[in-house]
Amino acid sequence: MNTPQIQEDEQTHIDAFNSRISAGQTIEPKDWMPQKYRKQLLRMMSQHAHSEVVGMLPEGNWLTRAPSLMRKAVLLAKIQDEAGHGLYIYSGAETLGTDRAEMIDQLLTGKAKYASIFNYPTLNWADMGAVGWLVDGAAIVNQTALAKCSYGPYSRAMIRICKEENFHSKQGYQIMAHMMRGTKEQQEMAQDAVNRFWWPVLMMFGPSDSDSPNSDDLMKWKVKLYSNDDLRQRFIDRTVPQAEAIGIKIPDDKLKWNPTTRHYEFGEINFDELKSVITGNGPCNKLRMKQRNDAHKNGAWVREAAVAYAEKKAKA
Amino acid sequence: METNIALYKYCVRIADTSLILAQRMCEWCGHGPVLEEDIAMSNMGLDLIGQSRGFYSYAAKLEGKGRTEDDIAYFRNEREFLNRCLVEQPNTDFAYTMMRSFLHGCLAYLQFRTLVKSKDETIAGLSEKALKEMTYHVRHASEWIVRMGDGTDVSHEKVKEALGNLWQFTDELFEMDEVDQTLIKSGIACDLSLLRAEWDQMVNEVLAKAKLERPAAGGYQSKGGFNGTHTEHLGHLLSEMQYLPRAYPDAIW
Repeated sequence: MNTPQIQEDEQTHIDAFNSRISAGQTIEPKDWMPQKYRKQLLRMMSQHAHSEVVGMLPEGNWLTRAPSLMRKAVLLAKIQDEAGHGLYIYSGAETLGTDRAEMIDQLLTGKAKYASIFNYPTLNWADMGAVGWLVDGAAIVNQTALAKCSYGPYSRAMIRICKEENFHSKQGYQIMAHMMRGTKEQQEMAQDAVNRFWWPVLMMFGPSDSDSPNSDDLMKWKVKLYSNDDLRQRFIDRTVPQAEAIGIKIPDDKLKWNPTTRHYEFGEINFDELKSVITGNGPCNKLRMKQRNDAHKNGAWVREAAVAYAEKKAKA
Repeated sequence: METNIALYKYCVRIADTSLILAQRMCEWCGHGPVLEEDIAMSNMGLDLIGQSRGFYSYAAKLEGKGRTEDDIAYFRNEREFLNRCLVEQPNTDFAYTMMRSFLHGCLAYLQFRTLVKSKDETIAGLSEKALKEMTYHVRHASEWIVRMGDGTDVSHEKVKEALGNLWQFTDELFEMDEVDQTLIKSGIACDLSLLRAEWDQMVNEVLAKAKLERPAAGGYQSKGGFNGTHTEHLGHLLSEMQYLPRAYPDAIW
């Protein structure tokens, strides 16, 4: 029943919430928040956590074939960090009232999404460089912005995660730089990796601002502080000089420095491709979902054993 | 046998055993039964890679031919690998993986605990770090053996099967030859036969808690991994692990 008193209370909450946001204060788990804010954050945080976990797969694909013991250790440590990020963000998302098992169920049944980039295959060792440098590089641009977002647990998680992502991006760039100084075959592998990953990485920032349905509310609530296009531009501007420094060619004929705007101009992004990948029709969507589902299914008896044992001990 | 030749081989045996088990742990990455275990297995994999790098680097230095840890790890064939056969056994499932880590871990723990007192300072130093790591690996695996053994009927059957099928690689953990004898005399290596009773006790305690019966003595026991006689699994593991440096021998990664 929507009595005038309830409406009035509701309005008081909304006013308090809005004034916190405008004052730049964070919203904490026990604070009142609009249903839509809660829902949007849960969507973003669970997608983010799923991305960390699904993102382990394309890199894990090269772990057993890493070409030196140092590279193997670094890659394993990096993927382990991603698993840690997943765990951390799932915990953060749980503060919004949904538990991890439910979020994972949404991933496994295809209801929840994860970053489109992980639906592309890793086909040569240089892909480990490209993923670290470009994918984690793009993630840093996104996450540095999220570190200032209004939801406290998410913002704090991002601060910590960005530190690790910076290391990931540097190790990726170091792999690329090393390969570009190496044999002709290594240089070809490095260029091949960038040729395949460049455009899908640009798509990671999402659709163009004119076509981003969730953006308005998110910006009003300071969940999102910059638009998709702004962040994409920021990524391009910082990455192109890095590519030039090691002799990698960015696969975009229209890429050009504009001295007036002080930004790079770039070619047209194929957003139809992004749409297909997001809706389940990318090169590895089916594989990634099968890998996650298999791991979950094969691990069921282990989880059941742990619960059964804990229950026996609790009774004893 | 010359001490340096023995010491080289001794270090490579330890390094190979750690590396091959690390490679198996890498196979789990992204596929664990629960995210926390994915992280734990990566952690143990990292410890093991670190152990192998330390012992390979020392071996390369002792050899004095300018080779690196990677030359030793990536450019030998299966008959030249000196790991214990237990660690090359496939992951199969979480029960096999934990049982393998447990049976190997108990011995590695006892071995490093002795080697921290080695007269060779490098061995002692490397062992000190490895001892801390193996203490955790044994604790982690033991807890899971108990959970699985005393969990559900399904988990009990699985861990029982793992124990039954991996038991044939346990005597080999204690195998020694003139390499060990040479180094035991000079106070560098540890006498594995002296660790057997304590290993038995550690294993028996955990198996009892897990309601598992220790397999009867007298079945087939493999031997010779530490001199290059392996099971069918190692060749496949190496062909995957070594392929890039072998395909591009001039490349530096």
